[in-house]
Amino acid sequence: MLNIALPKGRLGEKVYALFEKAGYACPELLQDSRRLIFENAGAGVRYFWVKPSDVAIYVERGAADLGVAGKDILLEYEPEVYELLDLGLGKCRMAVAGPKDFYDSGLRALKVATKFAGIASAYYERKGREIDIIRLNGSIELAPVLGLSDVIVDIVETGKTLRENDLVVLEEVMPISARLIANKAAYQFKTAEVEKLKENVKGMIDA
Amino acid sequence: MNDESLMRPEERAALALQALYRKYGYLPFRMSRFEEYDFYARNKDFLVSDRIITFTDSRGRLLALKPDVTLSIIKSGSDRPGCKQKLCYSEKVFRAAGSMGEFKEITQAGLECIGDLDVYDCFEVTALAVRSLSLLGGDYVLNLSHLGLLNALFSPFDPDSALARGAARCIAGRNVHELEALCREAELPEETVREFCFFAGLHAPLAEAVEQLAPCCVSETALAALSELRNLSGLLDGAGLADRVYFDFSVVNNRKYYNGLVFQGFLDGVPESVLAGGQYDWLMARMGRRASGLGFAVYLDRLPSGTEAAGFDVDVLLLYSDPAAVPAAVSRLQAQGKSVSAQREIPDKLRYRELADLRGGAENA
Repeated sequence: MLNIALPKGRLGEKVYALFEKAGYACPELLQDSRRLIFENAGAGVRYFWVKPSDVAIYVERGAADLGVAGKDILLEYEPEVYELLDLGLGKCRMAVAGPKDFYDSGLRALKVATKFAGIASAYYERKGREIDIIRLNGSIELAPVLGLSDVIVDIVETGKTLRENDLVVLEEVMPISARLIANKAAYQFKTAEVEKLKENVKGMIDA
Repeated sequence: MNDESLMRPEERAALALQALYRKYGYLPFRMSRFEEYDFYARNKDFLVSDRIITFTDSRGRLLALKPDVTLSIIKSGSDRPGCKQKLCYSEKVFRAAGSMGEFKEITQAGLECIGDLDVYDCFEVTALAVRSLSLLGGDYVLNLSHLGLLNALFSPFDPDSALARGAARCIAGRNVHELEALCREAELPEETVREFCFFAGLHAPLAEAVEQLAPCCVSETALAALSELRNLSGLLDGAGLADRVYFDFSVVNNRKYYNGLVFQGFLDGVPESVLAGGQYDWLMARMGRRASGLGFAVYLDRLPSGTEAAGFDVDVLLLYSDPAAVPAAVSRLQAQGKSVSAQREIPDKLRYRELADLRGGAENA
């Protein structure tokens, strides 16, 4: 039996649809209920819904054998897991955004507001630019509008929120998508089941 | 109730592992608790965590609570050509661990084989790693790789290049899709891309993997590594220890210190590796030693805490109201080989096998 942590929400539903097509159905999963764990013994899977940012923790700590997490979370928290497959779902990009007329004079540390302090630090370290990180937990777009920061580093999907706040993408940091991850120890003892699921899901992506 | 039941699971495991290593002539190594901080600062990358507990002693020296045993063993030895030093340990080390990075006292057991190592030594240490996992109970897997193969694969590239660093990260994470993208971005030849991806995805029983690896090994470094793995596979098979030993390229360790065999052990039901080690000749060289070094550590803090199914804290709970009657009753029960807890009332959470009630004069078991 494979225990799989799925991210709650739209992405999780898309991921489940992919797994269902790959032969790992569990119809109860989509019924409106307060249950959090769903099992299909015949298909050898047990799914559970968890908060998207917690999937990697469930997998790293072994509560789930497999999970689906965004690349942004994997880069930010660097969990000790295997990253087995790019599912190509939930595609978006991590970007630097700011006022459209923003000019970086380079004369002082760049003030960067973000939820992703690790990713932002690594990005600017590669560029050799000194920055001052301002950690925020939400409404990141507000920071440059109110002068709290020069720019933001955040996930951009359609860019609608940026446009509505007179902000534009200044630089792309990296593309983001959902990844299939595995607990390192569980992989050793369920190698055949994990590899089979991976190949079946990959077959559906490539089809 | 025997004495071992008073010990924590990690203490019982440490005793059993020490006994195993002593059977193979590994002598116990005892270390002091403190070391000058500078010693660790020079070798920070070798440590599991670079956060160390430090304090200043009465002479103004900055000292550290020891975060590691291997470095102390290497520091304390000397090289004698043709000789080998075999040491085992069970020690407490202090390092940042856990999700919040808080400091913890960790019991670690392990062994080090230092000197002019040969095929037998590689076999003996690997076999002891297998036996250690087997002794800790349940199903286990020992994953093993050889950094000679990884070094041969990376030899055309600058080790500090973005490609080499990115590829090593992908290999460690079994991330074949990003490794392929990275190789294509660097415009590597198709054959090299295929080779990188094949290596990164390889997880197979050792003997099988050696045959699969053979066609890819052409350089002197790769052939030497393959030959070492083939010999090791044969010896493990001969000793009946090959069943749960897998070749897995994702075991990479730190290539600044390790150079040959590297391994990682897992126990079924434990979500992270419980054993790690390898051959660390580069570390030896950095510390001015000419000899080779091979060893592993078992992280006893990662073992399951264990459940004492149907366990009892005490054989008899003796309830009394008159203290004068208790000594004789306790002596009589102990003479029957039973442990006794004398109480006036039934305590919360005490698990007892029998109840002997002296209250009211008569004894009711």
